[in-house]
Amino acid sequence: MADYYEKKDLEDFGNIGEYAPELGKKYFEYYGEAMKAGTLTEREKALIALVVATTQKCPYCIDAYTNQCLSLGISREEMMEAEHVGAAMVAGIVLAHTTQMRKIIKKKEM
Amino acid sequence: MSPSFADRVSSPLMAEAIGIFQVNLGYRCNLACRHCHVNAGPLRTEMMPKEVMEQCLRILESHPIPAIDITGGSPEMHPHIRWFITECAALKRRLLVRTNGAILLEKDYESFIDLYTDNQVEVVVSLPHLDPYVTNRQRGDGVFPKLIEAIRRLNARGYGQADSDLILDLVHNPGGAYLPGSQAALEALYRHTLLHNHGVTFNHLFCITNMPIGRYRDYLWKTDNYEEYMAALVNAFNPAALGKVMCKTTLSVAWDGRLYDCDFNQMLGLPVCHGAPSHVSGFNLDELAHRRIATGNHCFGCTAGTGSSCQGEVAA
Repeated sequence: MADYYEKKDLEDFGNIGEYAPELGKKYFEYYGEAMKAGTLTEREKALIALVVATTQKCPYCIDAYTNQCLSLGISREEMMEAEHVGAAMVAGIVLAHTTQMRKIIKKKEM
Repeated sequence: MSPSFADRVSSPLMAEAIGIFQVNLGYRCNLACRHCHVNAGPLRTEMMPKEVMEQCLRILESHPIPAIDITGGSPEMHPHIRWFITECAALKRRLLVRTNGAILLEKDYESFIDLYTDNQVEVVVSLPHLDPYVTNRQRGDGVFPKLIEAIRRLNARGYGQADSDLILDLVHNPGGAYLPGSQAALEALYRHTLLHNHGVTFNHLFCITNMPIGRYRDYLWKTDNYEEYMAALVNAFNPAALGKVMCKTTLSVAWDGRLYDCDFNQMLGLPVCHGAPSHVSGFNLDELAHRRIATGNHCFGCTAGTGSSCQGEVAA
């Protein structure tokens, strides 16, 4: 497992179109459009991306978007506040799924 | 690290003109900022002799170079700076002074705001970050509020105001081992935050990539960030930025009169070479305007992403 999630692998991201270049090209065009400033600012989009990176537990994206947030002058406090939104959402998603658990309990118990 | 900068450029980098005559008056400074590529500080003794300043003025008088950019160290600490600024202003060129800002509050230097105002100097103030904690960590305890006060005093003279010709530009440098973000986004953030939190205004924000030389390189080495930072610069190489690097239109004069392609080459001891004159005493506009530029791997700092120059990004 030592060669999984190596930091230098992030540099290979530009090559993900290998074996499917047309789809890769389309992906990068889409990625570029989605990430550039629009109604939302670059800062807002970087914070969303950072929270998605941590909630999805992607080490490459955490590296890339922590750096991007620093580059855009986003403070540690702003990043952490955004992460708590992610944490609250994940916690809420877990608890919302207990609905299923609770339904089963209520059906199964006498 | 691979490839080298020389490997990435297809042909030698050539100057196209001398649009900016940048004069580094010396390396003395009242601050010792952690990102400083000059390694400037209170103990530095290098100072441009008046004879070299006179040579610079003679060059400027006899050649139509449109902009004069005065830097250091802290230019205000040079004993002949007042005379030099007055002489430069009389040439009616675009005239910039790069100040650390904090010195403008010191008792012996408060009057520089008058000097700059009277001579229509474009003032460029270093304000690395909007977070006081980050700026103070980078430039020294208590510097952030001094910068805000200096900007406030400049604003009071008309600097950075919409209805004024007095130009106040700010400089952002990343407060660590990462590259600057987009200048447009950061300028919008600076403009909003400085106005709403501190009631001050400015004209432009220059986002400058920290160069892996001088005190900043020491920081990268000490924190084990050097390799990663260089890799980030190399991976962000942008051919569009290469076409607009400042050395193509800038000439850097060191305190001792030696000529360099940029202030960074000056700090690395890489003078103008490839046959062009390398001292103000041998100045030749034609030869220097079309000189071959001396490059090294530090040049990745000016070609990463949207590029970097003393005037901020170059290829937005």
